[in-house]
Amino acid sequence: MRIIPKKVERIKFGLLSPEMIRKLAEVKIVTADTYDEDGYPIEGGLMDPRLGVVDPGLRCKTCGSRVGDCPGHFGRIELARPVIHVGYAKLINKILRSTCRECGRVLLPEEKIEEFREELKRARRIGKSDEPIVEELFKQARASKSCPHCGAEQKEIKFEKPTTFIEVVEGRQHRLSPIEVRERLERITDEDAEVMGFDVSVARPEWMVLTVLLVPPVTVRPSITLESGERSEDDLTHKLVDIIRINQRLEENMEAGAPQLIIEDLWELLQYHVTTYFNNEVAGVPPARHRSGRPLKTLAQRLKGKEGRFRSNLSGKRVNYSARTVISPDPNLSINEVGVPEIIARELTIPEIVTPMNIERLKKLVRNGPAKYPGANYVERPDGARLSLARVRDIDELLEKIEPGWKVHRHLIDGDIVLFNRQPSLHRMSIMAHEVKVLPYKTFRLNLCVCPPYNADFDGDEMNLHAIQSQEARAEARVLMRVQEQILSPRFGGPIIGGIHDHISGAYLLTLPGVRFTKEDAFHLLYASGIKKPLPEPEIVENGKEYYTGKQIFSLLLPEDLSLRYKAKVCRKCEVCREEECEYDAYVVIENGRLKCGIMDEKSFGAFAGVLLDRIVKDYGTDAAREFLDRVTKLVINFITWRGFSTGIDDEDLPEEAKERIAEILDDAERNVFELIRAYNDKILEQLPGRTLEETLEMRIMEVLSEARDKTGAIANEYLEREERRRRHENSARIMAVSGARGSLLNLTQMAACVGQQSVRGERIKRGYSGRTLPHFKVGDISARAKGFVRSSYKQGLSPLEFFFHNMGGREGLVDTAVRTSQSGYMQRRLINALQDLKVEYDHTVRDTRGVIVEFQHGEDGSDPSRTDWGKMVNVKNIVEKYARTEAE
Amino acid sequence: MCKGVVDVRRVVDISKHELVPKHEVMSEEEAKELLERLNITKGQLPKILKSDPMVQKIKAKPGDIIKITRKSPTAGTTIYYRVVVNE
Repeated sequence: MRIIPKKVERIKFGLLSPEMIRKLAEVKIVTADTYDEDGYPIEGGLMDPRLGVVDPGLRCKTCGSRVGDCPGHFGRIELARPVIHVGYAKLINKILRSTCRECGRVLLPEEKIEEFREELKRARRIGKSDEPIVEELFKQARASKSCPHCGAEQKEIKFEKPTTFIEVVEGRQHRLSPIEVRERLERITDEDAEVMGFDVSVARPEWMVLTVLLVPPVTVRPSITLESGERSEDDLTHKLVDIIRINQRLEENMEAGAPQLIIEDLWELLQYHVTTYFNNEVAGVPPARHRSGRPLKTLAQRLKGKEGRFRSNLSGKRVNYSARTVISPDPNLSINEVGVPEIIARELTIPEIVTPMNIERLKKLVRNGPAKYPGANYVERPDGARLSLARVRDIDELLEKIEPGWKVHRHLIDGDIVLFNRQPSLHRMSIMAHEVKVLPYKTFRLNLCVCPPYNADFDGDEMNLHAIQSQEARAEARVLMRVQEQILSPRFGGPIIGGIHDHISGAYLLTLPGVRFTKEDAFHLLYASGIKKPLPEPEIVENGKEYYTGKQIFSLLLPEDLSLRYKAKVCRKCEVCREEECEYDAYVVIENGRLKCGIMDEKSFGAFAGVLLDRIVKDYGTDAAREFLDRVTKLVINFITWRGFSTGIDDEDLPEEAKERIAEILDDAERNVFELIRAYNDKILEQLPGRTLEETLEMRIMEVLSEARDKTGAIANEYLEREERRRRHENSARIMAVSGARGSLLNLTQMAACVGQQSVRGERIKRGYSGRTLPHFKVGDISARAKGFVRSSYKQGLSPLEFFFHNMGGREGLVDTAVRTSQSGYMQRRLINALQDLKVEYDHTVRDTRGVIVEFQHGEDGSDPSRTDWGKMVNVKNIVEKYARTEAE
Repeated sequence: MCKGVVDVRRVVDISKHELVPKHEVMSEEEAKELLERLNITKGQLPKILKSDPMVQKIKAKPGDIIKITRKSPTAGTTIYYRVVVNE
């Protein structure tokens, strides 16, 4: 199939003229009935067979095609009286006000009109919108009291939404019927229509008042047959039935010479039905309802909004060859892999072209068919015809026919490349290419290191998987989208994929000074982790027994010539760094692939922070980095499982002494607050620059209280650490916080020592009753506890009042997140819409699809941020060190 | 008392302002060379209004290409080109 590329030069929008509608329509619809007693469609009804076919097997009475081929044909309803098209009512109003009620000319002198005509021409030539010019014309013309052309006096026209126009003649209100409106619009000359923005070749003003209604083909409004054999019509059909009914009654009454009042009522009703047929959500019009009371979904509703045709069916289509299920973790998979349940692997297929090399293998798959796992679901003949293997009776006959050139749609097998996605897809790492690993059970499985880029966890998250169908797409996905190629984030030039939670605490515990293994244990651990490397000389020999340190074991994962120094996350930021001599072992030194000193923690290979991992990706490539992460995952998880790790409420236990000191600090703080309040009352409080005295007081109080909370935190941490050292009793919660695995010291403080000040909108809590937060306090009490300072720790438990304040602060947090996500989501939608087809060209310019340049050098320096050193172009220190080392050797 | 409107441009040399980058009109040959290098027509360059104060200051005419040398946080200095347009 050859595709001839065509360029859409322009799209022209216009109105349908009555003549056009009559030409377009195959059928004049005259009766409101759809089917007769036998269930056959009635000729001249809304289901007229000439409007197209929806029932399989039948042929269209107009074009003779079958279901899929007949596009459907339009019909028409001749309206007994014209009606206003709601969508144009506003424009009609503007035109009526700007044109003469007698001669139909624009209410401006000839020269003025000419001026506008010129301006419009100019705007069109440079591709500018003509809207502001036409608006200006309406504005000026509306002001005229009499016609400059025929001299007729102009009357005020009122527009009553949605479709009524009222003219005020000598103080009396006269309702303009659509007939009158249409007559006035008809009087407008083509030249005048043009200055009002019309292209008269496709849109005359009077066409905005309908005399004939176009009836969409049945294919647009198919009826569905329920199980009971009952037919259920589309909402549009229902609406059209209403229109025809009223139209008929109106016509009959007119012919019978019914009183004007009745005719006008029916006319009004017809206007209502036509209005709601176009848009059932017009302000001021009660929506037309279904028998069940549900508002009908008419034309505008089909297109509008998130569930409308554009956003739901055109911008976002559903696709084949995709699967979705719950995700769960599996540290035994590589970061590049995804575990696919067998039932899904049997459903998703990949087309493989039969060649002499693979014919035997593919025939075996075809023989297995759709039910037996590695099998196939379809075969495709060279002419493109698809045969479903589920329906083939004689498989041997089919196998005989298969030869090179055929295609076999075989099941997913291990090693296939697929795309894996988690919504919301906020950045490019939200869709990455994985290699399939077919596994039992029913969840997708993934390595924990890829949770950060997807922002996934396992509390019920679901993810989507797409089986790639073409060889080119597969190659492209493999090269550009594979997980290992995405380790470095283009956002900050560091790894976004890396260890989390147990990886970090595991590595921390493994590389702690003093951790040692007997040869046996070391082999156990390494074997379980699949590391096949010879052990180095044992570092410790004690009583004739050999021991390996945790650092030695970890070193086995490092590239042999890697040398690196950096400060770990556990670093205390001492004034003078003692480097290798660090008492906390926070200075990491790696020399020739051996971890000499320092603890592995979040700064080593954590997602968003891993310096060591960063070095490995950038110096040794993505393959090495993938291998490193896979091995670290296994080793560290095996180690932490073997060693044991758990946390409980006793991790927040503090000795009596610590509790006393904390209470003392808090008492002091509360006293200080009272001091401040007294100073304020005595008017001796020193005012801060640019603040009122009240603001100063508030700021000082906040300062005192937050300082107090920090101090209690420091004390808590001090005791937790001291206990840990003294009793060699590990405090898991503290380990997690310090190593960066999970939680922070602030979290620990709040649990063990003091929750601290609660805030709403960044201020101490002040809402509630007038002058006080709760009736438990005196009016004007601004002490710490009256304004939401929570003295207790989570472990102690909060007093009822504290709990209440805490709840207020917590609720604000929840509301904020809810608001933020929706706002940032909308912003992202608009940004993506605006930037979607910008592209960095090979010459580093950024251009859109028209070739218009946006940037002459991408990012002004032409750099790819993911290849930079955390956003900096070069890391001079690293280069110097590397050079110094090679020099020394 | 202040009477009448003073055109700031007559009092202050805006090109001397710290935040105004250097604007230069490119010569015919330079412009041609630039368009050839980028393989584009003038219409594909970013635009600048002829009413822009700096355009008026350096007396550039519609169709002229202006070379703007800016300070850049990523690259030190960076060069941008804009074509003068009528509206």
